[in-house]
Amino acid sequence: MTRRRLVTALLVLAVLALFTVPLLLDGGASEYAGTDSRATGAIEDTGYRPWFESVFAPSSTEVESGLFALQAALGGGVLGYVLGRLRGRRLARDADAGQAP
Amino acid sequence: MHIAEGFLPAAHAAGWALAAAPFVVHGARAVTREVRERPEATLLLGAAGAFTFVLSAIKLPSITGSSSHPTGTGAGAILFRPPVMALLGTVVLLFQALLLAHGGLTTLGANAFAFAVVGPWAAYGSYRLVRRLGGGLLPGVFVGTVLADLATYVTTSVQLALAFPDATGGIAGALVKFLGVFAFTQVPLAIGEGLLAVLLFRVLTVNARPELERLGVLRPAADQEAAA
Repeated sequence: MTRRRLVTALLVLAVLALFTVPLLLDGGASEYAGTDSRATGAIEDTGYRPWFESVFAPSSTEVESGLFALQAALGGGVLGYVLGRLRGRRLARDADAGQAP
Repeated sequence: MHIAEGFLPAAHAAGWALAAAPFVVHGARAVTREVRERPEATLLLGAAGAFTFVLSAIKLPSITGSSSHPTGTGAGAILFRPPVMALLGTVVLLFQALLLAHGGLTTLGANAFAFAVVGPWAAYGSYRLVRRLGGGLLPGVFVGTVLADLATYVTTSVQLALAFPDATGGIAGALVKFLGVFAFTQVPLAIGEGLLAVLLFRVLTVNARPELERLGVLRPAADQEAAA
């Protein structure tokens, strides 16, 4: 394994550890409510009531998580497409230059 | 960092919309100029938008027992300068406000100010500082994207504290309360975002070197050109 690959692997592992270790250490004690909803809860505790409703709200949490997944998939798809094209372009250039990639 | 629909008093909502609007309009001009003058950078522009689209959709658990999401606006700000992200970030927020009931139209101005204005400028400013102090590209990217993420959530906390001062502690007391909700939860997420941005830039420095040189992120490698 080259040094470059090793660094990449370590970076990916670090990101994974950052988000799985809290889950494992916690052992199911926390609910992991979103900070956004905790903030609205804190505001409603002061007696404030929202004065405008969302024009469209997903009808269930399943639909909502599906839409979030759609957003991530769109972003991931575009990102993967761009990075794949850039890599293909570099490989083609390297081949033109007669260098091993 | 999404202030929910209707959760800012009308005066605050209007004020933040007025504050964010010039940045977004200027950003729209910056994007069209970028596409016109550097059409070859359009692919990377798509990557910058896609990066913030993905990261802001993913809610992750944090050590505080809450979950939150990264912002992803720092990477694009470092590549294309902050005005471009003012538009791209606002488009992301609009998508989430309209389709996901996440954030809202009345709070779009405040959310855009935190997510698409303060975050990108925090990224760009700290990135430039690291580079000026002699730091390399990747350390600059890490510091910039981590601070963009944190700065966005600190801004949201300030916005909420201004709108909902504590009965006893005033604005400062409310700020402590909202920072308690947002800031600590965000620390590991911001570090994770920084690591992901470093991964992205490692891929780009190998595969998109000409674009990065033209954007001024990398210096043209004189020795490579001499060899070629």
